[in-house]
Amino acid sequence: MTARIGVVTFPGSLDDRDTQRAIRLAGAEPVALWHKDKNLHQVDAVVLPGGFSYGDYLRAGAISRFSPVMETVIEQAKSGMPVLGICNGFQVLTEAHLLPGGMLGNDHLHFICRDQKLRVENADTAWTTDYTAGQEIHIPLKNMDGRYVADEYTLDKLEAEGRVAFRYLDFNPNGSLRDIAGITNEAGNVVGLMPHPEHAVEPLIGSGRTDGLPFFTSILKKLVNA
Amino acid sequence: MSRTPLDTVEHAAATPDVELPWAELGLKKDEYERVVEILGRRPTGAELAMYSVMWSEHCSYKSSKVHLRQFGEKAPQSDAMLVGIGENAGVVDVGQGYAVTFKVESHNHPSYVEPYQGAATGVGGIVRDIIAMGARPVAVVDPLRFGAADHPDTKRVLPGVVAGIGGYGNCLGLPNIGGEVVFDACYQGNPLVNAGAIGVMRHEDIHLAKASGTGNKVILYGARTGGDGIGGASILASETFDDAKPSKRPAVQVGDPFQEKLLIECTLEAFAEKLVVGIQDLGAAGLSCATSELASNGSGGMRVTLDDVPLRDSTLSPEEILMSESQERMCAVVEPEKVDRFLEICDKWDVIATVIGEVTDGDRLEIFWHGGKIVDVDPRTVAHDGPVYERPYARPEWQDALQADDAGKLPRPENGAELKDQVLKLVSSPNQASKSWITSQYDHFVQGNTVLAQPEDSGMIRIDEESGLGVAIATDGNGRYAKLDPYTGAQLALAEAYRNVATTGAKPLAVSDCLNFGSPEDPAVMWQFAEAIRGLADACQQLGTPVTGGNVSLYNQTGEVAIHPTPVVAVLGVIDDVARRTPVAFQEEGQLLYLLGDTREEFGGSAWSQVVHDHLGGLPPKVDLERERLLAEILISASRDGMIDSAHDLSDGGLVQAVVESALLGGKGARLVVPDGLDAFTFLFSESAGRAVVAVPRSEELRFNDMCGARGLPVTRIGVVDGDAVDVQGEFALSLDELRTAHEGTIPALLA
Repeated sequence: MTARIGVVTFPGSLDDRDTQRAIRLAGAEPVALWHKDKNLHQVDAVVLPGGFSYGDYLRAGAISRFSPVMETVIEQAKSGMPVLGICNGFQVLTEAHLLPGGMLGNDHLHFICRDQKLRVENADTAWTTDYTAGQEIHIPLKNMDGRYVADEYTLDKLEAEGRVAFRYLDFNPNGSLRDIAGITNEAGNVVGLMPHPEHAVEPLIGSGRTDGLPFFTSILKKLVNA
Repeated sequence: MSRTPLDTVEHAAATPDVELPWAELGLKKDEYERVVEILGRRPTGAELAMYSVMWSEHCSYKSSKVHLRQFGEKAPQSDAMLVGIGENAGVVDVGQGYAVTFKVESHNHPSYVEPYQGAATGVGGIVRDIIAMGARPVAVVDPLRFGAADHPDTKRVLPGVVAGIGGYGNCLGLPNIGGEVVFDACYQGNPLVNAGAIGVMRHEDIHLAKASGTGNKVILYGARTGGDGIGGASILASETFDDAKPSKRPAVQVGDPFQEKLLIECTLEAFAEKLVVGIQDLGAAGLSCATSELASNGSGGMRVTLDDVPLRDSTLSPEEILMSESQERMCAVVEPEKVDRFLEICDKWDVIATVIGEVTDGDRLEIFWHGGKIVDVDPRTVAHDGPVYERPYARPEWQDALQADDAGKLPRPENGAELKDQVLKLVSSPNQASKSWITSQYDHFVQGNTVLAQPEDSGMIRIDEESGLGVAIATDGNGRYAKLDPYTGAQLALAEAYRNVATTGAKPLAVSDCLNFGSPEDPAVMWQFAEAIRGLADACQQLGTPVTGGNVSLYNQTGEVAIHPTPVVAVLGVIDDVARRTPVAFQEEGQLLYLLGDTREEFGGSAWSQVVHDHLGGLPPKVDLERERLLAEILISASRDGMIDSAHDLSDGGLVQAVVESALLGGKGARLVVPDGLDAFTFLFSESAGRAVVAVPRSEELRFNDMCGARGLPVTRIGVVDGDAVDVQGEFALSLDELRTAHEGTIPALLA
């Protein structure tokens, strides 16, 4: 048996099909979810993909957070369903208060697209068990509003509780505080990050590496063994 | 508020002596008289609006048409061509049931006035052309040209253009995989912002811009119509009506990429359910263009009620509605029983859609406003029967002197130290420097099918996940070469793009072009234009790559000074399995470097003559199209059969530029030996065409040499991939660190 992993399409989502492909390549079954539909169609986990939902108008993720589908996602995430937010999805998760902090415009004021080096800081979340803590990986990054910010108290708390899941290495591409690239909630079922693991799942394509595939194999193992 | 009566057809017929502002709208006296002759009466204000905008240079190609015909007349026989010139974009068969549509267009003038929106809406326009053919857009490319890199205005224009392209394309989810960035003082007041796009569909999904089937509904969908991009129509409105109008509106349109993304998805969903009979995007000339083209390409007429057009500004006059260039709008022709489903899909995507008219059984385009008929024309006279000019042209007097000023006579470096110095100057010059500061502002990963992106020789996209079928695209143009000799310059642009596609392992199939020139009213410019087209059409015929469509941009000049003639050529290629693609970067130390082709003392228009001597003169490199074809065949075979691990075409900057780029991208150096019969300077800096450098694994050396020998392609072993420097033995060595600093530091230092 395999697992059903939902991928939400908001208006303006861009990497929804790419994320479905990554899920398929990992051996799970991708299920397309629509933002106007509260029904999660019996999925075991949900990915909020990258893009510019609602054009990033107002503030990235601020409008999508109120989509009908998010009501159910928020409710289920609180009762333990694994949720991964990639880039715009991460922004939606912070807007929905499933993850603390928020994202501001890159400090250099430009969009940036690069193959980014990261360190895996927490290999115990629902989405990272196929990595080892301290592992260095390369994952494509592409964003306009990627500067992670939170107050000092929250940052200290995240660090103390091991909830910084990924950190930028060698080069901080957007001015994120403490080089934070991704974080997890206390329970480890909700993870958000700015880089795009779904663009590092096939040799030759994109960055030409497969460093992003463990996100999707981690969750598959967890769901199948559950 | 007093209003003059609505200028209906009836009113126009009854008031023949009313003076209309045809001159202010850009029509010449004889053109206006021709409109009157066609209609048998004076036009209404709305009719005049349509004719003036559709008969403009931009829409009617009136100066270029007589020359552009050659692309059809000289078109080579090609089984690949599915849809040719004249539709929104050409369509090419790439095998396995797939068709690919691609096109390059210009958005030069708006991008100078308002760099961000000008460039952004350029991307939006070309992408709608692709959707209108029935295809899903899969990639964009952007050939850009700016004034001198250190000119203060370049710092205004370039960052805005780059941010606009990124801001729009990134938000649409289209990977940006190629293009060029060129600096030259000749583009100072006339930057060239060309935009290309590629789309993929199945053969059976090709759609055309035509309105057929009496009773079928015409649906306008997408953004509301506003006052942007109206240009001359405001004059007409203020003449026709009183002054109680909003003040001047922007002549440059404003883009909303989010709206366009919704438009893409909802259009593709409608296509998938076979709901669309004909489709046209709204670009230049807005509804005037869409209605007249749809109607004239179909079998019947069309009736449109302008009152039904959703407006952003309720004070717009009918003339303004017809001319508005508000972005993110499309027009579809749908059978009556499918209208509900079409509207449902638009509603799903929160896209406004409105039935504004229907196809009629006559042959007239009739447009109504407030119950009165304000347009009654034969749509063909608007869309296709515009004026055609045989503009006078003459070879400029200065051409001989320019060609006699031979770059070969310029002082050359005399020893290794001078060579080294000039190599550093070359690779750090703005034109030869790394453009990653620019390209890193574009998303090249989205859609998850990007195999190669800039700075590779061509961008490459996988289109079938199972078979690995892919397409490649390269765009090239060299205004310096074309200035020296427009005929040869255009052929060199094609040869380079063709070679770039083949270097990555793809087979060149078809061509799109964007022809950027000065004023057609200057006989010297017209000669450059005529020569460039003749050169390009001849070369396309010989290489077997038909022109599928493109765009002409004239009047790129300030006062008497025109830009260099700049034909930009895009070549599309196909590769059976993207796993066989060849990258630019050196892959493995120890691999042997071979130079393919002949190197001659050719420096006219070269990067070396520009960087070291600030010189432009002499003749451009010679073109040998049969050699280009042979080189391409060798590169494709070698790639398919695993005989080469990296390859780079030689063009501006010559061999040393290519080797430095391959070394920096691969993080591996090279030891080079100057071959017998060549001096170090010519070996490193010559820009002879028809050449490439390849890295051959030692196990393949014999096989590769045998293949080149059997096919008669000159091949010279020039060195080996090795170490952490580019070391030209006996002359000089430059460490990769030193080269990287020089090559990558220039653009950020100028623009960041």
